[in-house]
Amino acid sequence: MTHYELHMPVSEAQVRQLRINDTVTLHDTLYGIRDATQIHMFDHGRTTRFDLKGHAVIHTAPNVKWVGETKEHPSGYAPICIGTTTSARMERFTRPLMEQYGVRIIIGKGGLFAASAKAFSDLGGVYLAIIGGTAALETTWIEQIEEVDLDDLNPESLWKFRIRGFGPLLVAMDSHGGSLYTAVNAAAKDKRAGVLAALGVKS
Amino acid sequence: MKVDLKQVEEACKELYVRALKMLPPDIKQGFQRLDRAETNATGKAILGTMIRNITVAEENTNLLCQDTGIPIYNVVIGANVAVDGHALKQAIVSGCTRATKEHPLRSSVVHPTTRKNEHTSGGRHVPVINIDFSADAEQLSIEMIPKGSGSENNSWLKMAIPADGVDAIKTFVIDCVLEAGGKSCPPVIVGVGVGGTADLCVHLSKVAATRPLGSQCADPEGARLESELSKVVNQLGVGAQGLGGDSTAFAVHVETAATHITMNPVAVNMQCHSARRARATFTPQGVEYGY
Repeated sequence: MTHYELHMPVSEAQVRQLRINDTVTLHDTLYGIRDATQIHMFDHGRTTRFDLKGHAVIHTAPNVKWVGETKEHPSGYAPICIGTTTSARMERFTRPLMEQYGVRIIIGKGGLFAASAKAFSDLGGVYLAIIGGTAALETTWIEQIEEVDLDDLNPESLWKFRIRGFGPLLVAMDSHGGSLYTAVNAAAKDKRAGVLAALGVKS
Repeated sequence: MKVDLKQVEEACKELYVRALKMLPPDIKQGFQRLDRAETNATGKAILGTMIRNITVAEENTNLLCQDTGIPIYNVVIGANVAVDGHALKQAIVSGCTRATKEHPLRSSVVHPTTRKNEHTSGGRHVPVINIDFSADAEQLSIEMIPKGSGSENNSWLKMAIPADGVDAIKTFVIDCVLEAGGKSCPPVIVGVGVGGTADLCVHLSKVAATRPLGSQCADPEGARLESELSKVVNQLGVGAQGLGGDSTAFAVHVETAATHITMNPVAVNMQCHSARRARATFTPQGVEYGY
């Protein structure tokens, strides 16, 4: 278990060194992305002007306040509360995000599945688990909303955040086939019969 | 007692924001209880961060979670309360819209097929408004629940058959907890509806999931079932955020209703660890806020 401080963007080698149970804190830049953002990018043929190569995306749709463009808020949006949503719904977008945009890190909660694990392994990527429902804390790691794209999808726009000390986050899926979720789910399923027996359920 | 609808609108605005920012004391105590019992290092660290988040939200008067949820208002009207029911509903919708625009809050509500967001936290039949009646003569109570989608997406109904008995109910609950894994943002309150019609069964599972920790099902059979399930659910090892440990659930809650001789329905609805709710009670003395 090693801790890494990563300044974004990162290289494939930097991502490949990460192993499950390592921890990571990110700095500089993070992109926010969500269901509608990716449905429009990968199903409706829309593109973004942002260069996501080597970057991290977080599954989020923030609470923001329109304040107009200023030096402090170059996007025109002030962050109110920025948290993380359940990743499972966005499983099928992991590979195109990596193949078409060069994304290296996905941050979310609840984990992703086999197709994402394969994409991480084939292309060099990781899934970092953030703790869902702790948005008040997460918001303190975000300095500014620098830019926004695809904003007609608000709040599911593509957000560019400036971050400082975003973490620690847990490496929950790595580029070597490791997944904490697979391990925990398998162990839990093994306990099913014992729990049902304790409830007096006749098999 | 006559209800001032301006006051209701104001309270419904206030309730949405309060619910999003302040976790009820029973949930905070639930966290302390899980934290004391947790034996897994990852689980312990996750619970520690969740507890810290509650403090940060209070200190910064910020939202606990970014998910503003689907707004639900549960109204209970006392026996001697005089109110225009239609206008009451309008006041609730208006309060909910104002909270969204004036705070502002992320409107998490869209049309189901066009996916258009009106940025009001509302739309057809939303906010959800449930109305019930009580014998408390001089009292109107409104409970607000912002129901997060991470947990709501983990909802199930099974129309089991009488021959499968209570075993089918217990098995279904355990299988739903396994299926939800980390997706429902555990530790959760597992809400279980037993009996009724299909829609009533699902509704009861939501009532169960959003009941305060420490409360019991009024039906002794339901209370026994929830006690049995609560004792074993954390043996599954799903853990906080689905990353392992002893903190899969704060509790399993059960609500029951009579059902048909041919039916044995069971529904499960999850409530995430951000188990938010707020309440306003209107009496002739004024409005009082609580949980």
